[in-house]
Amino acid sequence: MNKIFLVIQREYLARVKKKSFLIATLLTPLIFPAIMGIFVWIAMQEKENQSLRIIEVIDETNLFFMESSEQYAFTSSVNDLDAAKKMVQEGERYGFLHIPKLDLTDPKGIQFYGLENPSMSLMSYLESALKRKIEDQKLFDKGIDPKILKDIRTTVSIKSITLGEKGEEKINDATVNYALGFVSGILIYIFIFVYGNQIMQGVIEEKSTRIVEILVSSLKPFQLMMGKIVGIGAVGLTQFLIWVVLIGTLSSVVMGVMGLQMPQQQALELANPELAQNVPDSGELANILQVIGGIDFITLVSSFIVYFLGGYLLYGALFAAIGSAVDSPSDAQQFMLPVTIPLIVAYLGLFVFVLQDPTSSVSFWLSIVPLTSPIAMMGRISYGVPFWELALSMTLLIGGFLLTTWFAGKIYRIGILMHGTKPSYKTMWKWLKSSQ
Amino acid sequence: MLQITQVNKSYENHRALTDVDLFVPKGVIFGLLGPNGAGKTTLIRIVNQIIEQDSGTVVLDGRTLSPNDIRKIGYLPEERGLYKKMKVWDQLIYFSRLKGLSENEAKVQIKNWLEKLDVVSWKDKKIEDLSKGMAQKIQFIATVVHRPTLLILDEPFSGFDPVNAEIIKNEILELKEKGTTVILSTHRMESVELLCDHVAMINRSRKILDGTIRDVKRSFRPEVFKIALNYLKRDIPMEWTPKFSDDVWEFTLPLAGKTPNQLLSEMMEFGEILSFREQIPSIEEIFIHQVQASTHE
Repeated sequence: MNKIFLVIQREYLARVKKKSFLIATLLTPLIFPAIMGIFVWIAMQEKENQSLRIIEVIDETNLFFMESSEQYAFTSSVNDLDAAKKMVQEGERYGFLHIPKLDLTDPKGIQFYGLENPSMSLMSYLESALKRKIEDQKLFDKGIDPKILKDIRTTVSIKSITLGEKGEEKINDATVNYALGFVSGILIYIFIFVYGNQIMQGVIEEKSTRIVEILVSSLKPFQLMMGKIVGIGAVGLTQFLIWVVLIGTLSSVVMGVMGLQMPQQQALELANPELAQNVPDSGELANILQVIGGIDFITLVSSFIVYFLGGYLLYGALFAAIGSAVDSPSDAQQFMLPVTIPLIVAYLGLFVFVLQDPTSSVSFWLSIVPLTSPIAMMGRISYGVPFWELALSMTLLIGGFLLTTWFAGKIYRIGILMHGTKPSYKTMWKWLKSSQ
Repeated sequence: MLQITQVNKSYENHRALTDVDLFVPKGVIFGLLGPNGAGKTTLIRIVNQIIEQDSGTVVLDGRTLSPNDIRKIGYLPEERGLYKKMKVWDQLIYFSRLKGLSENEAKVQIKNWLEKLDVVSWKDKKIEDLSKGMAQKIQFIATVVHRPTLLILDEPFSGFDPVNAEIIKNEILELKEKGTTVILSTHRMESVELLCDHVAMINRSRKILDGTIRDVKRSFRPEVFKIALNYLKRDIPMEWTPKFSDDVWEFTLPLAGKTPNQLLSEMMEFGEILSFREQIPSIEEIFIHQVQASTHE
């Protein structure tokens, strides 16, 4: 036991002390808030620096009255195209919008003139405003009162509530559940891949530099393998925890700075004016917070840890077995396929089945079978999973992990001492059966 | 010290060891010889408990080999290496602790050895920054740092330049003086004759020879004498194929049932004896001869 600990310690320190680990660990979480911060900063700068942009409108149809917003004001002071162009060139107007006489069933020929390329947000703002006007006009032509038109414009959001066994009500939100399932599933997928590969590289390193013969004269191959798997897993967990803490604090710092300078609503509007129009009131955000508050975080986090570790250990043993059987990383490619396929199946299954319909039978089986359950089950957890399914899935996962470790241990102890022979599935099968 | 009895080991498609018996007495340097693929590495791996024999027993210091014996054994494999990215000091700490040394004990021992081999200044260097010969010295320290009573060295001199090979050779002799038993597996016959007290030869999974260097040499002497004469009194028969240079005739003759003295007095009839010496085979000659003989059986 003591020797396993020494191996864990070495594997852990050798990686954590590396400069590349430090850089990756510190920079990765910085990237996300940094990008967010930069965007917000640019948007804020723009807003501060920009005076109200005045846009000249020449409307030959006389149908469109453009409503001014905080950013854009619309005027109609001239009727002549050339005069309007001149105003733009002289900087009196930001741009001008020309609406020629047009057929409402096929509105073509609307043009915008400006000194610079108009932003996406301006164009979509204009387009959606014109579209609405045209639609209104068409309805009006069919004899519908504009007052009624205003009344029928509605926004709908459904509040989903699940009833607990004791009748307690919990507010749900499919979007939040989707996001939670999506993020945790992907995290496990990436973790297994990245750190599984590190196990394999580490085993190949020890084998190809012939350190392994000295090591196995001091401890059992199984101890060496488990020490490596656990040590690298600890590196991953460390990195993950640092990220969580860093992203958490940095995001809240950035959000806090942002929040002080402008209300949330405006930030959203800036990022996407169309979305801003669709958000009916600031109650939505409060709602999301309420939903997040309603999630059973203890189940979510503890399941995440179980599947995170279980999945890693299960695949880690397989990666170790592959590493032990080959002499170089390039030889490992052919054996990677059977290990990667279930991972990719789980990954695709997460999007195609689990997140779409968490209770379908495909989703059920994907979240029960140990090779796919770490990723698939995480997609279901936030929607609520019956206890027995969770228990079955976790038991099978632990069983699966014990099985792959046993299996990997047998291949490993023979593989690490074999040099120069290119292994095949047949020879690996023989190693598996051999008692020695 | 080490008693190996009737050990057998076979792999899937070949036999690596067949009924091998070996006794290694305490405090000797024991040469283990044999061509590639003879089964030496398998035998060494069994003693190191890396693999298990199919049958037979291995007894160390009167007790069947067990995981507790790992600490007593130091092993330098033929194919060896160190972690390239790890510092010399950390590496030595790791290997000695794996062998069962406490951290403090490891520190003291490593410090002593670094000083002894005059390599203290390397302790914070990574292996990848050292030359091959320097790395070999560190490797040797890693093998002996836990003060093993049984040292198993597989081709210890490969990779060393002559100066460093000499240093390592002296270290091995010093360890022997202090009571360490050494098993030396090598192809370098000159180092066998220089260092070893005992030898055993393995060929095609079987032990074909075993004994002290003196006994082995004695039992394989071909009873041939090398004779040099001058001032010939009689003609030397041409079938003796004598060579003549600088007024000296040289040729070799078998005893052919006579005693050395009888042969000598016969030779005195032919001329003046300059030298009369028995031809003792080198270990290398015995080795080649024995391997060929057992392979053609």
